[in-house]
Amino acid sequence: MTPNPTIFTPLLIVSLGIFAWGCWRRLNLVALGASENRFDSFGRRMGEMLLYAFGQKRVLASPFGINHFVIFWSFLILLIANTEFMLHGVFPFISLENLPASLYLPLLLVLDIISLLALAAVGIAAVRRIAAPPYPEARTMEAFFILGLIAVLMLAYFSINGSRIAHGEMTAALPWLPVSGRVASFIPSASAPSFYAIGWWTHAVVLLLFMNYLPYSKHLHILTAIPNCFFRRLEQPNTQPREEFTSGNEFGVARVDRFSWKDLLDSLSCTECGRCQNACPAGITGKPLNPRGIMHEIKVNLLENGPLLKRGEKPVRPLIGEGEGSCPEGAIWSCTTCGACMGVCPVFIEHVPKIVQMRRNLVEEEARFPEELLNLFENMEGRSNPWGIAPTERAKWSATLEVKPFDRETTEYLFYVGCAGSFDSRNKHVTVALAQLMDRAGISWGILGKDEKCCGDSVRRLGNEFVFDRMARENVALFRERGVTKVITQCPHCFSTLKNDYRQYGLELEVIHHSELLRNLVRDGRLALDTSAAAFGATVFHDSCYLGRHNDVYDAPREVIQAGTGTAPVEMGRNRDNAFCCGAGGGRMWMEEHAGTRINLARVEEALQQKPDTICVSCPYCMTMFEDGLKDVKAENVRVRDVAEILAEAALR
Amino acid sequence: MLIVVCIKQVPDTTQVQIDPVTNTLVREGIPFIVNPYDTHALEEALRLKDQFGYRVAALSMGPPNAEATLKKALALGVDRAILLSDRVFGGADTLATSNVLAAAIRKLHDEFDRVGLVLCGKQTIDGDTAQVGPGIASRLNFRQLTLVDRIVNLDPVGRKIRVSRKLEGRHEIVETPLPAMLTVVRELNRPRYPKVPMRLAAAEAIVEVWNNQVLKLDEQSIGLKGSPTWVSKIFSPERAKGEILGDGYGDPEGTAQLLVGRLLSQDLLAL
Repeated sequence: MTPNPTIFTPLLIVSLGIFAWGCWRRLNLVALGASENRFDSFGRRMGEMLLYAFGQKRVLASPFGINHFVIFWSFLILLIANTEFMLHGVFPFISLENLPASLYLPLLLVLDIISLLALAAVGIAAVRRIAAPPYPEARTMEAFFILGLIAVLMLAYFSINGSRIAHGEMTAALPWLPVSGRVASFIPSASAPSFYAIGWWTHAVVLLLFMNYLPYSKHLHILTAIPNCFFRRLEQPNTQPREEFTSGNEFGVARVDRFSWKDLLDSLSCTECGRCQNACPAGITGKPLNPRGIMHEIKVNLLENGPLLKRGEKPVRPLIGEGEGSCPEGAIWSCTTCGACMGVCPVFIEHVPKIVQMRRNLVEEEARFPEELLNLFENMEGRSNPWGIAPTERAKWSATLEVKPFDRETTEYLFYVGCAGSFDSRNKHVTVALAQLMDRAGISWGILGKDEKCCGDSVRRLGNEFVFDRMARENVALFRERGVTKVITQCPHCFSTLKNDYRQYGLELEVIHHSELLRNLVRDGRLALDTSAAAFGATVFHDSCYLGRHNDVYDAPREVIQAGTGTAPVEMGRNRDNAFCCGAGGGRMWMEEHAGTRINLARVEEALQQKPDTICVSCPYCMTMFEDGLKDVKAENVRVRDVAEILAEAALR
Repeated sequence: MLIVVCIKQVPDTTQVQIDPVTNTLVREGIPFIVNPYDTHALEEALRLKDQFGYRVAALSMGPPNAEATLKKALALGVDRAILLSDRVFGGADTLATSNVLAAAIRKLHDEFDRVGLVLCGKQTIDGDTAQVGPGIASRLNFRQLTLVDRIVNLDPVGRKIRVSRKLEGRHEIVETPLPAMLTVVRELNRPRYPKVPMRLAAAEAIVEVWNNQVLKLDEQSIGLKGSPTWVSKIFSPERAKGEILGDGYGDPEGTAQLLVGRLLSQDLLAL
């Protein structure tokens, strides 16, 4: 029994041609994007690709990931069989059978078993998609169609081998084909040739169909996901690129080709697995944001406008707006930039920078943003703090203490207090506790006082890059002029901005979050601790996104709590890199939550499930969100404390 | 038709210090802003521009560094920005100031475009006199509508305007033929936010400066010489220092009781 090259060969050539054309038409749209260097550190990129694309590390992190792992590796291994299949169809003399038996027979066994595993995996995937889909809209015809195609391919493979066995061929290989051998027992030898022909042509047609459907479906990720892992951002995506403010430039992104090529590749790499939307605090609490949706709209927009833009024509669909292929403004403004979506994406799609880029367009080109932000922007620009309080009030928190001004000759560290620590009455208690702890430990520190300016975190995340740029320049100049090299912050937003964003301005600082500083002081035995009277009870710790997920500081605050209370903190269901945002990041601190339920209430309720006496935070925004949330749920017996306050209780008594 | 908006650069702080010797405001080290009421006047002019296609000119009398204030107006979209700056304009009271501003408006009217509306903030946050707008109106012989919180209707054909005035406990709807001078309150509108390309263009734009060689005003009617008002003394009223009661953080309930008790004892609260 042999295939029919005269029919198959032209079919294959046409299919490969159409496939290549389809891939080219889609993938070359990526070249429309702006340039961005993702070609550095080749070795490291290869390693990341092996670990995350081939090792499927992030896929396996979710319970159902193993199923995808099986399908992915089956697909790779079965590429051998499928390549042979196509070559054999054109040149019948090419066959794996020509390999030495010692190689051929074990290979048959592997292919036989892998095919069965793949069949089982697509079956499980189909059942899961019906019974417990990752998200309700995941029950698409497309998904079932693809799963069906793969299943048919496997069945056809067994049918080809089974009918050959039933026909009396492959006798030597029979012990190596447990599944196909079993299939053969159901095929009468007389009808084996027809089974073979049906199996072979089914396999041929479905394979070519699959191949040609691929570029037009979410299964394009088969081609794009691996390079997307290779081109991933090697640092945490905790900042956004600078903009150059010269006349004639366009600001932010309102047209798909203004994204970078990597942004466009991201959109073509999305597998619609839904991990991002199941991690998104905005989406979960009923806001109009769905990170998967953002990627989908960008992809649809690219596919529709891309060819027009290539020809130099006007795009027909707005990137920001309503309807498929456009990102709704409500979604763009809902993001807390917590980074949970990016943390779980198996193929390293960077959602947040795209959202911020679109915010930039709305703020800088259109001056269109939620009205609460007008005051914020003016206060930041005019008085360098979110509340518009007179800058002369900045050092008022220190009235009861003796605090030195920072001077490079006499003080080692700059204590960059930040706006919340300087002006917010609740957070001023944290500032005082930290100052006293530093004094007790004999740290040499000083403040900038009324010369301190806001770091600009909120305005940058909100897309007001123009104002951020001014603030960053002023701060960088001030730090240089004063000779600041080591900075202590008590706010993860200041921490991340000084550490990661100001690097773009050529300022490399040693920035230490106070939880790290306190951890070091405890470790070095520089604070005498007495936890005998610790009255915090069960203490649950909430990870700040900008300390944890964006900067990988997870252990320091936990060690401080351990030192301050004598016991390790209780963990919430979602903790560390899976922690759930308090709702205040990305400038959301200054905005109303009009849609859905409040994010801070969701997190407060999650914390209360642990029956804590104290909720411990490491961020002034989290502090405000928890204080407010606890009042809203009337859990007045639970208190919120910063890590510094907890340690102060044990160190300052 | 041309709409003229008069804006002023004022120190940005409620804690303006007063020089005890000269009895004038200490301006050193205090950042300047556009007088907040004027931003609403500016916004309304720009809305009328968007709606009717009128041209808008911003005027400011002040020292050379008041240019920054006019650049903000340019970034928001005014067509012309003119700084009235000359040493001889300095030290002006409200009368002398309105003489200069009125002269500049007259010049714009004669040489550029017919002025139909002059918009001013209801007062400035540094002087708080609320006299300059009306002063301009009387010098130009324009109708004056003060404390406007809504333009009900502007009839370009019939050349009249109907506005709502925000008065104590009531609103008054009044109508007058153009040209008119309006002073506006904050409730009138929400000022727009400047777009970055406009800011960049404004940064490069040149603000026209008119001195007295341009305006050719009699020096007896401007500046210190033209100011019949003399400030004999400015001072901050002494205020008893506040007091922190109890420990609101450690014992909110007890502190609240303490506060209520104190308020009751001073007859500031009645049960």
